Amino acid sequence: MLMRRNPQLNKNGELIHLLSIEGLPKAVLTQILDTAGTFLSVNDREVKKVPLLRGKSVFNLFFENSTRTRTTFEIAAKRLSADVINLDIARSSTAKGESLLDTIANLSAMHADMFVVRHAESGAPYLIAQHVAPHVHVVNAGDGRHAHPTQGLLDMYTIRHFKQDFTQLTVAIVGDIVHSRVARSDIHALTTLGVPEIRAVGPKTLVPGDLAAMGVRVCHDMAEGIHGADVIIMLRLQNERMSGAMLPSAGEFFKSYGLTPEKLALAKPDCIVMHPGPINRGVEIDSSVADGNHSVILPQVTFGIAVRMAVMSTIAGNQA
Amino acid sequence: MLQLDAESLYAELREGVRPLLKAETALVGIWSGGAWLAERLQQDLGLPGGLQGFGVISSTLHRDDFSERGLASGTDATRLPFAIDGRHIVLVDDVLYTGRTIRAVVNELYDFGRPASVTLAVLVDRGGRQLPIAATFAAAKIVLPATQKLSLERADDGRFSFQTKEAR
Repeated sequence: MLMRRNPQLNKNGELIHLLSIEGLPKAVLTQILDTAGTFLSVNDREVKKVPLLRGKSVFNLFFENSTRTRTTFEIAAKRLSADVINLDIARSSTAKGESLLDTIANLSAMHADMFVVRHAESGAPYLIAQHVAPHVHVVNAGDGRHAHPTQGLLDMYTIRHFKQDFTQLTVAIVGDIVHSRVARSDIHALTTLGVPEIRAVGPKTLVPGDLAAMGVRVCHDMAEGIHGADVIIMLRLQNERMSGAMLPSAGEFFKSYGLTPEKLALAKPDCIVMHPGPINRGVEIDSSVADGNHSVILPQVTFGIAVRMAVMSTIAGNQA
Repeated sequence: MLQLDAESLYAELREGVRPLLKAETALVGIWSGGAWLAERLQQDLGLPGGLQGFGVISSTLHRDDFSERGLASGTDATRLPFAIDGRHIVLVDDVLYTGRTIRAVVNELYDFGRPASVTLAVLVDRGGRQLPIAATFAAAKIVLPATQKLSLERADDGRFSFQTKEAR
C-alpha cells in the first residue's frame, strides 16, 4: 500500500502547516511544547516582542466567531513582530457569495504569508493548505467538529507544566464530547504523548461510542469517570451546536455532570481542573471549582499565547 | 591538524576577563559553549551573586537566518538573573567568527533593558567577520578555512576541549 505523506509535514518530516494533531509524531509535539517554554519567558521581558516574523503578514480568517482564540492568535503573531490582518469573514465577501478558494486566492494576491483559519466545516483548513503557494502556511484554529490543534497543544503544555510526566496520568475529559473538536485534539495528543488512561465522561447522547476504538475509556457515570483522576478537562456545553433533544436541560446536566467541590473530591488531591473556555458557570462547572485552587483555567490562557507563538514560528521557519 | 589547548586558553581568558570587571559587571555566556565558560569564570573569579549569578543568552529569537534554517530546538532559553539596566555586561563566547551571533545576542540583551556597556571576551577569534564587531579580549587568534567548524566541548569532569569538524 502506498503511504500518503501527512499534508502538514514536508519531505524532511518538518511541520509546515498545523491542521490536526492526529498523525503528528511525538517529537514534533514535544518540540512545539519546548519552544513554547522559550516564548513564555518573552512575556516577562521589558520588550515583549521578538523579530522572528518581522515583515510577514498573518491573516486571521474567522468564518466562525471566536473572540478569545482570534485575540490570542493576534497577540501571538504580534509578539513575533508579524503584521496581523483580522478578517471578519462572516460579514464580508462570503456573505456576497465568494467561494472559500476565491477568498484565499485574493488574500494571497495581497501577499499573505500565513492563514489562521476557523471554519464551521471540518476540513476547510486542509482545503486551503492544498491550494496555497509553497511559502504560505496554514494554522487550523478550529474546524467544525474535527480539530482544534492549538487548543490541544496548549492543554498538553498546561498538563506538562503542572504534572511534568505524561506516562503515569489519568486524564478525564468531561461533558459534550460529541460536538467537541477540543476533545478530539486532546485525545490524539494525550495518546501520542503516552498517557495510559484517558476517560471520556458524559451522557450517552454526548459521548460517542466509537471513542473506545481510539483507546479511550467511556464512562457515563461522573463518579466513576473522575475517580482518581490527575487531570480533569471540562468541556463547554455547546448550546449553539445543540439541536434536538440531546439533553433534558442545562440544570439536569449540571446535576449529573457539573463539576462541584463534592465531585472533585473523588479525584486525586493534586488534581488540576482545565477548561478551554468560555466557561458556563453553573452549567458544566461550579463557580467555586472554576475559581478554586485546583483550577488552572487562567494559566491555560497565558500558555495559549506562548504555544501559538511556538506553532507559528515553527511552521514559518520550515519550507514546503 | 590544528591543535588548540582549550584548558590553557581558558586560563588566559580568565586573566583577560579580570581587568574588565567593575562594580556593576555581570557575566553573560552565549549558549552553549559561552555559557559553560561563564559558569566556570563565575566560580573561578568569585563574582557576586553566587555560583548561579551569571547570565546565559541565546541568539535563537534574533537570528538572521531564521527564514532559511527555521527555529532551533527550544532548549537554549535566555536566563538573566539580574537587572540589565545600568549594568556592565561582559559577553563570553567560545569562538568568534562572522559576528552574526554577537549581533543577535546584543539585540536579545536589549529586550531586557539598557546596559551601561557591553564588552566581548572569547577563547578563540577565528577571523572571517561579516559585521563590524570585535572582541575586547581573545585568548587566541587563528585563521581557519571556511569549511571548518570549530566548537568547544565540555567533558563530564568539566574539562574543556576543542572539536573541529568539516562544516556541512
